[in-house]
Amino acid sequence: MDIFLQQIINGLVLGSIYALVALGYTMVYGILGLINFAHGEIVMIGAMISLAAIQAMTGFALPGPVIVLMGLLIAIPACMLLGYGIERVAYRPLRRAPRLAPLITAIGVSIVLQNIAMIIWGRQYIAFPPLLPEDTYTIAGASITLLQIFIFLLATAIMAGLIFLVQKTRLGRTMRATAQNPEVAGLMGVNVNNVISSTFIIGSALAAVAGLMVSAYYGLAHYYMGFLLGLKAFSAAVLGGIGNLGGAMLGGLLLGVIESLGAGYIGPLTGGVLGSHYQDVFAFFVLILVLIFRPSGLLGERTSERP
Amino acid sequence: MKLSGRLSLSLTAIILVLSGCKEPSLLKADEQLVKIGHAAPLTGTQAHIGKDNENGVRLAIEEANSAGITIGGKKIIFQLLSEDDQADPKNGTIVAHKLADAEINGMIGHLNSGTTIPASRVYHDAGIPQISPSATNPRYTQQGFKSAFRTMANDEQQGRLLGQFATKHLLAKRIAIIDDRTAYGQGLADEFEKSVKSNGGIIVAREFTTDKSTDFRAILTAIKGNQPDLLFFGGMDPQGGPLMRQVRSLGITAQFLSGDGLYTPEFIKLAGVSSEGAYSSLPGVPLEKMPNGLAFRDKYRAKYNRDIQLYAPFCYDAVNIMIEAMKRADSVKPEKYLPELVKTDYSGVTARIMFDERGDLKAGAITFYRVRNGKWEVAETLSSTPLQSSLTETQSDKKKPE
Repeated sequence: MDIFLQQIINGLVLGSIYALVALGYTMVYGILGLINFAHGEIVMIGAMISLAAIQAMTGFALPGPVIVLMGLLIAIPACMLLGYGIERVAYRPLRRAPRLAPLITAIGVSIVLQNIAMIIWGRQYIAFPPLLPEDTYTIAGASITLLQIFIFLLATAIMAGLIFLVQKTRLGRTMRATAQNPEVAGLMGVNVNNVISSTFIIGSALAAVAGLMVSAYYGLAHYYMGFLLGLKAFSAAVLGGIGNLGGAMLGGLLLGVIESLGAGYIGPLTGGVLGSHYQDVFAFFVLILVLIFRPSGLLGERTSERP
Repeated sequence: MKLSGRLSLSLTAIILVLSGCKEPSLLKADEQLVKIGHAAPLTGTQAHIGKDNENGVRLAIEEANSAGITIGGKKIIFQLLSEDDQADPKNGTIVAHKLADAEINGMIGHLNSGTTIPASRVYHDAGIPQISPSATNPRYTQQGFKSAFRTMANDEQQGRLLGQFATKHLLAKRIAIIDDRTAYGQGLADEFEKSVKSNGGIIVAREFTTDKSTDFRAILTAIKGNQPDLLFFGGMDPQGGPLMRQVRSLGITAQFLSGDGLYTPEFIKLAGVSSEGAYSSLPGVPLEKMPNGLAFRDKYRAKYNRDIQLYAPFCYDAVNIMIEAMKRADSVKPEKYLPELVKTDYSGVTARIMFDERGDLKAGAITFYRVRNGKWEVAETLSSTPLQSSLTETQSDKKKPE
């Protein structure tokens, strides 16, 4: 039973990171109907910038968590700026272009960002310095680290904050209005360009947080790390119903747990025919099943109405 | 289409400029250009190791150029053509065709077994001698290609000794294995498993991951339930580092052993303090014990301003072996110097290198290293002929339980 519990814990922590990244995909899709494939790369840039800042500050005699927090506070505005810039350069000029065009610029931006990161930070893996406490607690035979608890709580708090923002604030209302129909929203006095920029900026801030979480959790950052993470998070967003905030969170957590349980049990259950390297297959198999029976995802209620 | 005229003109100009400086037409009458091909992942998760390989090759080529070698009455100018195969078997054959079309005189590479094996057919068909510095999967030299060589012990040799080391020296009984399902990781893990079984060990778990993963907690949790006293990983450092960290954070206290893929400074950096006490193996004799080993390390550091990652010495040796064979044959033509390559007996920076009839190393020694105080230290050197160990000073305290 402790193994089962351990797998659930592993899955929930991994899933909360997926969920945080998935929110970035789903917010942009909800408003623009566009899949921002560069989002995974923004996560990577967030990790890189925060690590660079952290490394620069390790000389000062500050407590570890404070240094990490300051790294995050530097990475967040940098990523916000980057997200804003990407939208202005790669998506806004193509807003009335056929749908494939922004998809291709998205992939292009993603490759450009990867290569810029490779030039700046090199091909080496960058190790996360041991600044955070590594306390481990044991609950019913399963071990959980302080960092895991913290990642899960922070991700949950951020998601709650985002829901509050979208549902209760003025900015949130204009976002929902733009998602329904940008032209009508514009006629009602909503500055659509500002709303779209804000969406990218908020999504990128979440990406910066997720980037730091990933690099702290796995202890490394690399210019290539955004690719697979982006793919998984995108799948999580689709699983939950892309365009739906709650769906992205649910999808992320589910994908994390499914992956953990899949990797842990697929070998014994199939008598060794399928090994644990099929964990991704397992996760995507669930995704396909969901999409067959609920094409709009678990919580997605409607597909985009706009062409 | 208005621009096309101007565009093609400028393209032509660019091509002229780019190719002009390299074309043999600009060489003096008594000079000859010799192209050495190289391929490794220069982008992607293993880019740091691929670049290290390229650096090793480049160092040897630049030294040969400044030494001024004369073959067949002509001064030889070596030129490096380096390609990025992205550690992907599909790209491996694409760049192999590209290099074969460029009529390289010899090939150093690829880095991974997965790319080396399919690419070796291309070089074989084109009649180009190939020396891989780091592909260890046995199949590479078992295809009957006379053109395929390697400067590193293969997985059979390495896996056998790893198994002996685990059971006889680390005294492990219950052993868990993880591999990354690449030709290298899987090949090494399979040989290790065979060797463990024949030495009386028990395999309590065999789990798998990929060469792009960073999360191993799920499989490690499953392994933890089997209570192994040794965990073996077949794969490279981008996975090994985080894996090691997660092993300790899940409270698994088993000993940790892996092959040459983890013998890098990067592994220790990525795993942090968790890496203390981890073992890895590397074919060859420790660099410090080779006549020119330390000199090579210093040259490398001076030139590239960084430490050797992993296979650079094996690449350096491979180039020099090829050049030596050309010298002995007094020809740079592949068909002329290939027979000489077979007869190689060369004291390089990694070992004394001789090839057997397949192109594998004859009786390669394997050295085991262990992380102590954040550095890889020599633990022991075993010879791949019947178990003979030349013990070093760390052997006695190694047996103490950690």
